Order: sequence, then structure tokens, then C-alpha cells
Amino acid sequence: MSIDQATVRKIASLARIAISDAEATAMEGELNGILGWVEQLGEVDVTGVEPMTAVIPNSLRLRDDVINADPLTGGNRRDDVLANAPAPQHGFFGVPKVIE
Amino acid sequence: MTDLTNLTVAGIRDGHRAGDFSAVEVAEAFSANVAGAKALNAFIVETPEHALTAAKAADADRAAGTLKPLSGVPIGMKDLFATKGVQTTAASHMLEGFVPPYESTVSQKLWDAGAGMLGKLNLDQFAMGSSNETSYFGNVISPWRRNDGGPNLKDRAALAPGGSSGGSSSAIAARLCPAATGTDTGGSIRQPAAFVGISGIKPTYGRCSRWGIVAFASSLDQAGPMARDVRDCAIMLEVMAGFDAKDSTSLDLPVPNWEAALSSDLKGKKVGIPKEYRLEGIDPDIDAMWDAGIAMLKDAGAEVVEISLPHTKYALPAYYIIAPAEASSNLARYDGVRYGLRDLPQGAGLQDMYAATRAEGFGPEVKRRIMIGTYVLSAGFYDAYYTQAQKVRTLIARDFEQAFASCDVILAPTAPSAAFGLGEKTADPLSMYLNDVFAVPASLAGLPAMSVPAGLNREGLPIGLQIIGKAFDEQGVLNAGLAIEERAGFTARAEKWW
Amino acid sequence: MSNSTYRIKGETGEWEVVIGLEVHAQITTNAKLFSGAATAFGAEPNTQVSLVDAAMPGMLPVPNRECVRQAVRTGMAIEAQINKYSRFDRKNYFYADLPQGYQISQLYHPIVGEGSLTIEADEKAGLPEAKVIGVERIHIEQDAGKLMHDQHPTMSYVDLNRSGVALMEIVSKPDMRSPAEAGAYVRKLRAILRYVGSCDGNMEEGSMRADVNVSVRKPGDEFGTRTETKNVNSVRFVMAVIEGEAKRQVALIESGGTVVQETRLYDPDRNETRSMRSKEDAHDYRYFPDPDLLPLELDDAFLAECRASLPELPDAKRDRYLGLGISAYNADVLTAEVEAARWFDTLLDAGAKGPTAANWVTSELFGALNRMGRDLTDSPVSPQQAAELLGLVADGTISGTIAKTVFEKMLESGDGAAAIVDREGLKQTSDTGAIEAEIAKILAANADKVEQYKGGKEALFGFFVGQTMKAMQGKANPQVVNELLKKALR
Repeated sequence: MSIDQATVRKIASLARIAISDAEATAMEGELNGILGWVEQLGEVDVTGVEPMTAVIPNSLRLRDDVINADPLTGGNRRDDVLANAPAPQHGFFGVPKVIE
Repeated sequence: MTDLTNLTVAGIRDGHRAGDFSAVEVAEAFSANVAGAKALNAFIVETPEHALTAAKAADADRAAGTLKPLSGVPIGMKDLFATKGVQTTAASHMLEGFVPPYESTVSQKLWDAGAGMLGKLNLDQFAMGSSNETSYFGNVISPWRRNDGGPNLKDRAALAPGGSSGGSSSAIAARLCPAATGTDTGGSIRQPAAFVGISGIKPTYGRCSRWGIVAFASSLDQAGPMARDVRDCAIMLEVMAGFDAKDSTSLDLPVPNWEAALSSDLKGKKVGIPKEYRLEGIDPDIDAMWDAGIAMLKDAGAEVVEISLPHTKYALPAYYIIAPAEASSNLARYDGVRYGLRDLPQGAGLQDMYAATRAEGFGPEVKRRIMIGTYVLSAGFYDAYYTQAQKVRTLIARDFEQAFASCDVILAPTAPSAAFGLGEKTADPLSMYLNDVFAVPASLAGLPAMSVPAGLNREGLPIGLQIIGKAFDEQGVLNAGLAIEERAGFTARAEKWW
Repeated sequence: MSNSTYRIKGETGEWEVVIGLEVHAQITTNAKLFSGAATAFGAEPNTQVSLVDAAMPGMLPVPNRECVRQAVRTGMAIEAQINKYSRFDRKNYFYADLPQGYQISQLYHPIVGEGSLTIEADEKAGLPEAKVIGVERIHIEQDAGKLMHDQHPTMSYVDLNRSGVALMEIVSKPDMRSPAEAGAYVRKLRAILRYVGSCDGNMEEGSMRADVNVSVRKPGDEFGTRTETKNVNSVRFVMAVIEGEAKRQVALIESGGTVVQETRLYDPDRNETRSMRSKEDAHDYRYFPDPDLLPLELDDAFLAECRASLPELPDAKRDRYLGLGISAYNADVLTAEVEAARWFDTLLDAGAKGPTAANWVTSELFGALNRMGRDLTDSPVSPQQAAELLGLVADGTISGTIAKTVFEKMLESGDGAAAIVDREGLKQTSDTGAIEAEIAKILAANADKVEQYKGGKEALFGFFVGQTMKAMQGKANPQVVNELLKKALR
């Protein structure tokens, strides 16, 4: 399965990465090279094989419903949350106006 | 007085404990080396004050009789670990200037154990790469030079320190730090360790918490130590490992006393040699070193058996679907809204801002992988690529499980070549990917694996050998590594040119 | 199952509307689904945001047990299949209210599979018969943050307080055929969630909102193309969206157009929906299992606890009330809101008799609360006090008429019924001598009516009862009055 320029642009748009014409051309070749190579996986007979879910046997732990039990994963830290924001605005994150 | 920067972690720890020198002296000696090695570009940020503060505390603790496991030991921190108050970039423009208000679990454990930080180590951008050439802050240079190429070391070809933990490997090999943290997604601890003649271990997936480590591919990412020898790796790993309730994939197991249980006596142990790792056309020095390693393990009392890992060939293609798929999603958070770079062209809307920010903030390799990942997850392709790759991953894990029925550890090369020159593989992404051919299978299976230096090739460059163990059996891996280390007697070091 | 007769009358004939609802219900918990930040409504912007919710680099999700438990209990309440194995998946898209760039949800392996609930017949509301509505699945997912557009001329503001709050998405089958059915479905679902305690059902605060899928077809035809109107936050609006959207689709098709599968937004002020182009752009969500989370496996002990902790649910309660002889109307009224049902059950436990108690609650108590502008949760009269009052009527201590007076005094004073009766001397009398004396006077004074009664106008009996009761100031035992009157008029 080979991908064309239009597909490259569609993927770039899905991934929200602006690309120039030159980049799209270069990427078309690179991606086709890589995708052509990974396609050898199709040779493998996977009949009856389940996709990997947990690489090391382990079960999902559930935590107790307690607020701020661990301050590292709790709230009440607006200054920290906003400390690196490019456009903090009165306790909010500012973004270009969105028309819904 | 001996050069303190030649000491290992154990040497510093024990010498400091014995009162042979102060921690401040150690920190200052390493900081001086760091300051004098700009040519290697191993550090993105230098933090001598952090190392000094920890050293003063270590000296005070010694006086008070309250020494900790790593008191007096300054280390390097891969710049993928969030460090509170210290810029954390993942070697990207995207996170340039990002100062986390939090500390990663692993780095916190190291500081709690008394270690100090010499600086944040350079790496491949978002840990994507095998040569450190994808860093936004310039490539790291290996301290090693080939033994040919002119009389002046400085003028010989610059070599890659491996990747993605290339800042870590280069810094340790150049004695800028005695040990450093690394992370390994598809060989990013082992391959750079091999390239510069040091040791590094990727533990079982889940041993080290991923909390606070900038994510690349969640189901593969594992932190681990890199150091000059096996004992130092054991010391570091004991501190770095351990259950963390903040990471759902963290293993809730006690951390063994790996250092105390180190033993190079392999009597009664079986070492598997995977026949599929004998690749056509591979560098003969690599095969020769592998054979030498086999002999060393036999000498240590082990029985050597041939094993088969039939799906080896498919590990790399499966990896290059799974890792980019996870990365494409993990890196979606870098959107210029809450932190990091924002590129807002005049009059741009929200979605344009995303596209511009991400185009500006990510380097070409990161974009390439995000693109691949986005494609393989997209409608109509998900099953053919992603599901198929995860099924193949199951088969690869099964291969190891079956192989470990007849052996205790597996011995293989770490990489198919010694360090290559900067720029040699950048033109063709695929040729770069292929450098991880031996490292990736253990990553896909979540198994502990380490690289130890075994000798030099004809060009005078280090070659590493890889030991892969059963899940949770870091001890078996470390012990086999120690057996090779003792017999290889690897003492070569890069001659200083920087 | 009944067939709805709701039809849209178009130029080319009658159209049937097909409705499916995806209800997002906020799971009632203290902390968020994957972080320890609080979920309370109305906090200062970005104060209930953890590093995890802000998707800082290296942050990881750890699931909240209570969210899982409440989703399972909800599934059990609609007799759905509970999946002991489920997984969290990532739904990838870019939006300013979605910090991770993906929503953690469950696509491939939801925690709850197929179930159903029954909407009751309600002739007045256009529901001639009860109907079973299928539920396709319930899954757990993260809520998004909130955007504010009116604070700045060129910027929107992002508040992540809601980001990562746990939701259940309850997906119905396309089983509904009229706005009334959809309205009844939402109300019934809300009642069940509130009984279970898994969601407070507060639609004003956004704890419950619906994505409304609507299509139209000629009766008997295949399903038409549907549109999805997002985030509709009241029962009334759900019904309005269906009505408006069905009409719009019919008009569109009949004028030669085709319905486009799209996301629409409801504008309550104009009562119309419009296409939501901002979210049209990419519907390729690239779902895949979240590699930060392992499969969610539930053991039997966990499921047993979930089941054991379920309260009596609306349908069972309604059946029990009917069994007590309570009227269907009263049973519906009393089971519609969990607070009313709990209050009423306490009243029954305190010894009140079903039908009388039900009548009293739905007429006297609700009437009084209505006048006072209160609801049951802050009723000035407790179920125990009400039981005491009803007990005094039942054992003949006071009459029904006096009971009304006593109740008024209870509301005013907060005193108990027996104390009021004693203090005010309202106990009814069975003193036959006193009653007979009054009867004699009344019959003498109304000789003409006595004649008429004896001549066959038996309806006059009530008149005599009334006069006697009045003369006795309401305190005569009505049964005794009846007997004595009958004897006197023989």
C-alpha cells in the first residue's frame, strides 16, 4: 500500500502539523519506505493470537475516591498548572478565539 | 591524590563513607569536568549548584551518621525526567524553557537517596533516535575516536554516542559523571552504553515508575541506570526501582538487594544463544565478540544452549508500528495551550495555532514518527497495522517464554555495529532504525536486558554484549553481566581530545 | 411493545421519527476519574486541576475505584450485561478543552453491555402503553474542560476544572419513536441513576446531558441518515430538538435535499439546531487501547458488593406500592423522585397504612409543601410525625377533618400530632348519648328533610351526617354518627 501526497497532507492535518510542499514531497518517499518495510508483518500467521495488552502480567489497580490524597496528583495548584502557560489570562489558559 | 572522577559509584560511596574525601570535593571535580567538556555537548543544562547542595548535605549526613545509599554521589539526569524548577526539554524546541513544578518519581528517589544532579543530559528529541542527532540542542559527540583517521584525535571523524540516551553515555564515558539515568524504549539505554563502552540496564517493564518521565511509547518506556560497571548499575537500579501508585503499570513488588546478591559464579545456569540473531552480512567483529562472550560465560560455569526466537525478524517492524502509534497520541498534548512553545501566526485560529506550533516545535524525526503513528491508527488501517503488530508482539513475547524454558539468560550482541559516524545514517531513516535490531525484541517483551562492554573492535571502538533475562530476573542479568565484565577486563577509555 | 403513533405530516405523507440517545451522566464521586482533583461544581477556574488533568509531560492516569463501581451498579440497575473484562481506549482529537489531545474512553470493550429500561404508560403525555427501551452499552470516559468565549475580544478562555471528571455514557438503541418517549426515557433513566446514587441527575449543572440522534423515515422503511445534536441539557430541550430536527429533516428531504450525517448544536433561545462546523473537520479518532492503563478486570467479590449495595429500584418499588393497594397514579408520583420514595418508605416503616398514607402524602403533604415553596428534603414534618398523625386517624382518635386542622397546626408549631390533639381537645367522641342528643335536635329542626328522606331521597343522608358533625364540632366519630343516624331515621 503506497501513500500519495494527498494522503501525506491528510495525515499531517490529522496530526496538526503544518507541512510545506517540499516537506510533503520528502515525507511521501520516507513514509512509503518505512511503511513498505513494516508491511512484511503481514506475512506472519497470527491465527488465534490475541493482541498484546499487558506486556508483564499485572492487573489494573484502582485508587480510592479521595480528594488530593497525593498532592502530586491532586488539585488546588492553579499557580503550578498555569506557571508555564504561553498566555495565562486571569486564572484561565488563553487561546485564539474559538467559534463553535 | 587520585582523580576522583575516575571513581565508580561504589568507589565514591565507599570512599566518602570511609572519609577518604568529601562529597563536596567529588561534586566539584565532576562539575569541573562537565564545565570543561562543552565540545561533547552532553548536557543541555548544567546544575553544579544542585550537585553541590546535595554534596554538602552528604557531608553533613556523614558527620551525623545518617548516610544514605547514594550520599556523595553526583549523577547526570537524562533530560526526559521532569526535574522541579529545572528546565526539562526532552531535547525539543517544543519544551524549551519548560520548568516543571514537579519532580519525576525516579529522580525524586535518587535525590532522596542522597544523590546530587550535575545537569540535564542531552538526548534524541523525545527519545526518538539512535544517534543523538535529533536533539534540538545539537548532537552529542562520543568521546571515542576511531584508531585511524589521522594523527590528531581531535580531527578524526566525530562519532555518535548512540541514542537516545547519548548524553548519558557520552558523559559517563568521558568521566563527566559516574552514573546517569537513561530510558529505554527500543534500546535507548543499551545501544548507547555499547557505543561508548559502559554498562546500562533496562529493567523489567514496570520496575521503574514512568511518572514524570516525558512519554514516548508508554507500553515500552522504561527508565534504567547507566554507569561504568555492573555493580554501579545494581546500586543505581535499587534506588530507581520500586512501586509507584501514580503509575498504573508500576509493578507492586519489593525491590531486591541486587548489589548484595551479585555473583559471577554461573554454575548450574544455562545461557541461551538465539540462532536468529546470527545475521547475514553483520560486522564480523560483532560476531567474534559474541563468540568471545559465550566463552566467558562458559568459563564462569554456565552451560550454553542454542535457542530459537523465530519471530525475531518481525520485532523491528512491529516496534516501528507500535512505538510511533503510541507516540503520535502521547505527543498530542504538545499543542501550545498550557505550556511549551506556542506559534500563533497573525490571525490564526486555534487549529492553525496547533499546526504551526507543532510544525515549529517538533524536529523532523519526531514529525516522521507522529506521521507514521497517525497513519497506522487511522480509519481503515488500524487492524492491518496496529492490531497485527500487537499480535506479532504477543508472538515475540511467547518466543522468549518458550526459550526461557530451556535457559536462564540469553546472550546476544547489543547492536549490529560499533559506533557510527555522525551523519552516516541520517539520510536514510530506515538504516538508522535497523541499528536497534537486537535491542527491540526484549523491549517488546518487557524483559530486563543490559549491555556490558566486552572489548574493542579493529577500529578501537567498544563493542557491547547484551544479556536478556526472564521477567523480574534483573539479578540473573546483572550476574551474567558481571561474569563477562570480570573476564573481559574492559578498561579501555576514550583518550581525551575535548 | 407499542407502536407510537407520533407522525410528522409532510407534503408527501406521514413520516416516522427514529430516536437514539447518548446520555452523558457525571458519576457522583469526590475525585476525578484519573486524578485526585475534586469534582465539586462551581469552583474558581482551574483550581480543581491536577498536573494529570492539565496533561503535563509525564503525567499518568490511575483510575478511581468508585467510578468503576458506580458504572457497574448502574449497569446492574438496568439489568445489563456486566463485562468483567473491559479496557480504556484513547479517542484522539485536538481541541482546546482536551488537554491530552485524546479523551480516555471505552470503545472496543465497554464495562457494561446490553440492558434495558421500561417507560410507563402515560396517556396524557401521549404514551398509551408501557414500552421497553434498549440500552446498547454504558462506558466510562473523561469529561472535557470548558471554553469561555465572551471574556476577551480575541481570545477564548480555557477552564479545566471539568477536565477528567468521570462520565458514564449511556447509549440507547434507536428504539424511541416520539419526543414523548424520549422525554420519558430520560426521566426514567435519571430516576434510576438517582436511586442508584451514581449520578445526581442535575441537568442545570450539566451533570446529565444528552446527545440526541434523530432520523426520519416513511413508516416501514429502512432507517434514514441521522444527525447528532450535542449536549442537550434538559428533558424539554431533548423533546424540542427531536421535534424541530424531525421537521427540518422532513422538509429537507421533501424539497429534494438529503440529510447529512453531522454534529449539530441546539440553541435554546431560538429553539433550533445548527450545524457545528468547528468539529466537522476530522472524524478520524484513531481509537486504540490506552497503553498507560492495563485491562480492567473485575472479580466476583467486587461484583457481589456492587449488587448487594443496590437499593430497591423504581420499578420494583412501584410494584410493591401497587401490591399495598396504592393507586397506580400515586405509585408513579411517589416513585418518580428518589427523595419522595425514601420519605414515603420511612412513613410506611413507621406504621402508616399504604393507600391512606399515599393519598395523604400526594394531596395533603405535597399540597402544603407546594404552598410553602419547599420540597420533601426540607419538609417541616418528618415521616415519624406524619405516621403519628395518620395513626390518630386510623385508630379513631381524630377524624379526617380534624386531621387537616392538626396537620396545619403541626406545620405552624412543629409539635407532634398527639400533643396538639390533647392540647386543643380535638379528640373525637364516641359518646352515643351526646351524639344522639344532637341528632334529635337536628331531626326536629329539619322535619321536612326527614320526610323527604323517608320518601326515598336517600342522598339527604349526607346532609344529616354533615349537620351532626358540625354540631359536634367535627369531633364525633363518623362511624358512630352513621350508625346512630341510620337508627334514628329508620
